[in-house]
Amino acid sequence: MNGKLVKDLKEAIRLSGLEDGMTISFHHHLRNGDMVAVMVMEAICEMGIRNLNVNISSIFDTHEPFIGYIEDGVITGIETNYMGGVVGRAISEGLLDKPVIFRTHGGRPSDIISGKSPIDVAFIAAPTSDCMGNCTGKIGKSACGSLGYAFADAMYAGKSVVITDNLAEYPLVDYSIAENYIDYVVVVDKIGEPSGIVSGTTKITKDPVGLVIADYAARAIDASGLLVDGFSFQTGAGGASLAAAKYLKDIMLRKGVQGSYGLGGITSYMVDMMQSGCFKALYDVQCFDLDAIASLRTNPNHMEVTAAHYASPTAKSSAVDSLDVVILGATEIDTNFNVNVHTDSNGYIMGGSGGHSDTAAGAKMSMIVAPLSRARLPIVVDQVMCKSTPGHTVDVLVTQRGIAVNPLRGDLRDRFLDAGLPVFDIHELRDMAEKLNGKPKMLTRGDREVAKVIYRDGTLLDTIYNVPVR
Amino acid sequence: MKEKAWAGTMESSDIYVEVEPLATGSGIDLTVNSVVYAQFGDAIEKTIMETLESLAIDDMKVVANDRGAVDCTIKARVETAVRRLKEEA
Repeated sequence: MNGKLVKDLKEAIRLSGLEDGMTISFHHHLRNGDMVAVMVMEAICEMGIRNLNVNISSIFDTHEPFIGYIEDGVITGIETNYMGGVVGRAISEGLLDKPVIFRTHGGRPSDIISGKSPIDVAFIAAPTSDCMGNCTGKIGKSACGSLGYAFADAMYAGKSVVITDNLAEYPLVDYSIAENYIDYVVVVDKIGEPSGIVSGTTKITKDPVGLVIADYAARAIDASGLLVDGFSFQTGAGGASLAAAKYLKDIMLRKGVQGSYGLGGITSYMVDMMQSGCFKALYDVQCFDLDAIASLRTNPNHMEVTAAHYASPTAKSSAVDSLDVVILGATEIDTNFNVNVHTDSNGYIMGGSGGHSDTAAGAKMSMIVAPLSRARLPIVVDQVMCKSTPGHTVDVLVTQRGIAVNPLRGDLRDRFLDAGLPVFDIHELRDMAEKLNGKPKMLTRGDREVAKVIYRDGTLLDTIYNVPVR
Repeated sequence: MKEKAWAGTMESSDIYVEVEPLATGSGIDLTVNSVVYAQFGDAIEKTIMETLESLAIDDMKVVANDRGAVDCTIKARVETAVRRLKEEA
C-alpha cells in the first residue's frame, strides 16, 4: 500500500501548490537536532520559489542556514515564538526587512486556528508515520516525544506534508496527529540528530547561588497557601528551576501533598515527581529528554497535549488556566515586574516568550527565579529592554539575596513574611545589585524595527529595535 | 622582574589580566576586552588605571579579558599580576 507516499520532498512541494509569497510552517520538537526545516528550505530554494513567510514555532542555532535564505530573498518573513542567538544576532543587526513577528506558545495556535495567521503548507517532521500520515513522535530513531506544537499546523494549513525517517505499517498504533489532516507523506534518510533533539536537558545546578535561590523558591511555594492536595505546577528547564522542583518534591513528600498535574516542557525531574506520587498526571506539550519521551510512550498518565490545549487564550479552556504555580526565568525584570526573555544585555535577540507569558497569565502564582546579577549585570532594572511578559501577571521574584513580591499581591507578601522568608521591595534588590556592581551605562538602540512582540491576546506588547553594528 | 605575568581566569564574573613590563617612558598600554564593555568599559579601564597608579606603575603593557568582574575582583587581579611580575606573589 502506497497511500499518500510521494517520491521525494520536491514532489510533495510541487503537489502542495506552493508558490511565491505563500506561508509555510514548521514545528520545533526536534529542537537543535532538527534537519527538516533546512532540508525543506533547500528544496524550495532549488525549485526557485521565493518570497516565503515562514511560521516556525521556534528557531534554534541549527537553523543558521535560514540567514542565507533571507539574504537570497527566499525567506522574507518570519513568525516564531522563540529565536536562538545565532539567527537572533543576524536579525538584530537588520538582516530581514520585515520585522519578525514573535508570538507565544498559546498565541500561535490561537492565531492559526482563528485564521489570523493562515498557513498555506505545513511541513511536519514526524519520527514515525504510516503511509496515510498517522504520525507520532513517541517512537522511531529520531523520537522526540510530544508533537504538541504541530497539531494546529497539521489541522489548519491548506496542505500538510509529513516528513519521516521511520515508515510504519498502516495503521500506526497510538498515533498523535491523524491521517485525516495529512495530504502527503515523504520518507527521508534522517529527520534529526538525536543528540540535538534532547538538547533541552539541563542538570540540577550545583552552583551555591542557584541552590539558595531554589531553596527560597520552594519555601515560598510552601508558604503560598497553594501547596495543598490538587496542586498543579510547571517549571522551566533551567538549573535553578530544576533544583527548586527537587526541593519542592521533598516538601510535597514530607507533607504528603498529592498534586494533580505537572505541565509544560517535561523533563526527567517532572517524570520523577509523578512517579514519586507528587502528581497524578503530566500534561506534555514538549519533551526535553529521553526519560520524558519514554514516560510519554509508556505511562498513560503522561499525556501529550496540543499547544492550543496547553496555552491558547481563545480555547474554551487550556491547561495554563488551572495552573497553581509556575517557575520561570528572566534576562531582566524591571521595578514594575515586566520581564524580558527576548533580548540579551546588549539588546540582541536570543530567546522569546515560548510559554512564559501564557503561564504567567494563567498561574495563580508566577515566580521568576534569577541571580541578583549575572556577570556584573543586575537582574532588576528600571525598565526592561523588551517587555516579553507584562508585570501585572508576574507575582514574585526570587533571588539569592531575597524575595520581591508584586505590590498587587499583598496577600503573598504577608504569607512569605509569616513564614520568615526574606522579603524586600524590588527597588531594594535593584539597589543591592547596584551597590555591588556599579550602575551600568544605558545602551543606545538603533531606530529600525526588527521584531514585534505580540502578546497572547493579539495586542502589540513591545517592539524590538536593531542593535547598531559597532 | 619576569618578562610576563598573569592573574585571574576566564570564568564568568572573573577577569584575566596579563602584564608585561615596558621601557621607562613608554606609559601604560592598556587593552580591555569585556562581555559588558558597552555597560562598564569605561569603569573597568578607570579601575585598572587607578590600581596601577596605586602600585606606582608608570610603564606597562596590560591586556585584560573581562567576564563581568566587579571592581574588587579587577583590583585584586591587576595587583596580583603586577606582584607576580616582580616575583612577590
